[in-house]
Amino acid sequence: MTKELSNIIIWSENKPGVFFRILWLFRRKQFNIESATVGHSEIPGISRYTITVSASAEQVTNMVRQLGKLVNVMKAMEVPNEMLVYRELALMKVGIKNKRDKSDILRVIEHFRARVINMTKEALTIEITGDEEKVDALYENMKDFTIIEFVRTGRTALLK
Amino acid sequence: MKTRLKEGQKVQGAEIICECLLREGIRAIFGYPGGANIPIYDALYKYPEIHHILVRHEQGAAHAAEGYAWATGRPGVCFATSGPGATNLVTGLADAMMDSIPMVCITGQVPSSLIGSDAFQEADVLGITLPVTKHNYLVTKTEDIAPVLIEAFHLSMTGRPGPVVVDIAKDAQANYATFHYTAVDPRHIERLKTKATKEEIESIVSLLNNAQKPLIVAGHGMLLSGDGKTLLTIAEKQDIPITLTQLALSTIPSSHSLFMGMPGMHGNVAANRAPLEADVLFAVGMRFHDRVTGKVSAYAPQAKIIHVDIDPSEIGKNIRPDVGVVGDVKVVLKQLLPKLKQKKNPSWLARFETWKSEEKVKVYDRELHAGHLKSAQVVDEISKQTHGRSTIVADVGQNQMYAARYSQFEVYNTHFTSGGLGTMGFALPAGFGAKVGDPTREVWIVIGDGGIQMTLQEMATIVQENVEVKIALLNNNYLGMVRQWQELFYKGNYSEVHLQNPNFQKLCEGFGIPSLKAETLTKARKAIEKARKTKGPFLVEFVVEAEENVFPMIPAGAGIGEMIVSKDDSKSS
Repeated sequence: MTKELSNIIIWSENKPGVFFRILWLFRRKQFNIESATVGHSEIPGISRYTITVSASAEQVTNMVRQLGKLVNVMKAMEVPNEMLVYRELALMKVGIKNKRDKSDILRVIEHFRARVINMTKEALTIEITGDEEKVDALYENMKDFTIIEFVRTGRTALLK
Repeated sequence: MKTRLKEGQKVQGAEIICECLLREGIRAIFGYPGGANIPIYDALYKYPEIHHILVRHEQGAAHAAEGYAWATGRPGVCFATSGPGATNLVTGLADAMMDSIPMVCITGQVPSSLIGSDAFQEADVLGITLPVTKHNYLVTKTEDIAPVLIEAFHLSMTGRPGPVVVDIAKDAQANYATFHYTAVDPRHIERLKTKATKEEIESIVSLLNNAQKPLIVAGHGMLLSGDGKTLLTIAEKQDIPITLTQLALSTIPSSHSLFMGMPGMHGNVAANRAPLEADVLFAVGMRFHDRVTGKVSAYAPQAKIIHVDIDPSEIGKNIRPDVGVVGDVKVVLKQLLPKLKQKKNPSWLARFETWKSEEKVKVYDRELHAGHLKSAQVVDEISKQTHGRSTIVADVGQNQMYAARYSQFEVYNTHFTSGGLGTMGFALPAGFGAKVGDPTREVWIVIGDGGIQMTLQEMATIVQENVEVKIALLNNNYLGMVRQWQELFYKGNYSEVHLQNPNFQKLCEGFGIPSLKAETLTKARKAIEKARKTKGPFLVEFVVEAEENVFPMIPAGAGIGEMIVSKDDSKSS
């Protein structure tokens, strides 16, 4: 599931259509986006994006330069993993068939330091944060049970 | 700066649009009215300083604006209405984007309350034009018009120039707002790097000062930056041969001893051989386009490459340079000049003479001394009669290559064509746009029988405005460039390249443009004389050899070393 990823971090004006311009540029240059997260930054009016792609070093360098040309983009940079702290958040709904299931699931969750955020008779909803490998590992372990829904945010990152 | 409105005056959005154009120094607009931009046309009535040219199709408006921009160095401006009006601009925008032409297109949009409702003549102009513009805007509030237009004009001209679309909702045009003329956001100025650093200059200097076989490849950025003189001074100081890409032709006089022609697919022998032997290749304001380099891995194999360009994303995009510098070529060359030592290089320059004489024997002599009328002779004759001082606006295809190869350009910035996008039908509107922009030019439009029929309706615009352009129609009843490829690479299968053409003489009569037809060189000479003597527009139809080929040629995807110099080469290979 996890590929060798490059991190592109972008700061842009928070205006309608800016995300579209950024995504369009990735499509135009034939990139496949592995994950993209966006939200407000510490500066009012400025959005911050963490986008991961799987591409050659030259392609990524050129992409960052192309992004830097977008009028609404204040700054774009490529940052190696070593210079970042990064996490992603995943949510997972797992079905409970019997009591044994439930205790087994809870044991796995504890091991991964995930949390139960909702519980019904039929299912547990679990939240986990971590790097992609940790999320992947939890997913693999949960395959023994009934995964009803699974969603992950993709990487979001800060500079060390 | 001419002004009509006072700061703080309350006026309609449409009037603010016209006021901004006036303050930008725009004196001609190319456009077409419609339901969604009627308010702008109404306001235009109050601005007699701005001359509006009513084209016959919005694509014509876009190309004419490109011609205007090219001739004046100021942004070309188009008006178009919503929906089809705006979508018709798209080809012209893509053309301007590829060739870095400053342009501001103001399109009408349906009223803001109807946007997104699939209203009559509604199109998502922002979405459609995003890939073909440097930037674009949708304006739905009257008070946003002035700041957006000020920014749009600024962006179109600065850094790497390009087209900007401003889509303005009809209610924003009609509503009232207080007029404020603001300064552009300093962020847009600060983000540009125009100067080279001290270290960058030192690296360039050390490569050039130590080069044995240096070569300059200058591109359109040279003309856009507006400095052929410094380039020439640098070349003369170190005896560096200069080659000019198609869009850079006329940066230095063709007759200059250091001018070694145009590189590329149909370029000159010397300009294509030299990168194979050069030890330092100095690329300024160019982008290593595939038509210039051929197969990248076989391009300039021994050379250290210096690449200077204003656009950071061009450095390393197609070719990874040894020294890559982001900067305005004019500024960087001026920084460089005092550091370069004086050098002579007779043996290297002698090499070019060998290549030049090879091309003379194998190509020029054959083309120019053929027994029947050839396109090369027509272009050569125009060039001779105008002493290389006219402006050549070439279309796309064989005619474009003949125009580039056989014209002498003695005056700075006198060659326009659609280089990057290769838009057939470009030259007719671009040619009259150039003449409108700078009436002192003698404008010759070189176009084929295929291309002219793509924007033929603009003949009516030329007549209505009485624009004095001379049209050299090279008629071979073929889509010549495709036919040439079919002959050379597709076993002579002439698939869909023959054109059964209209009677161009009668067409001209219908439009009201005087014309002549020439089948021989003698007649061609006289027709060009007559065209030049006649006031107003004139068309000469030259009936040229049907199956002539442009040589030399580098087949698509081949390296520059695989250049076919003449037809004999192509048969033997």
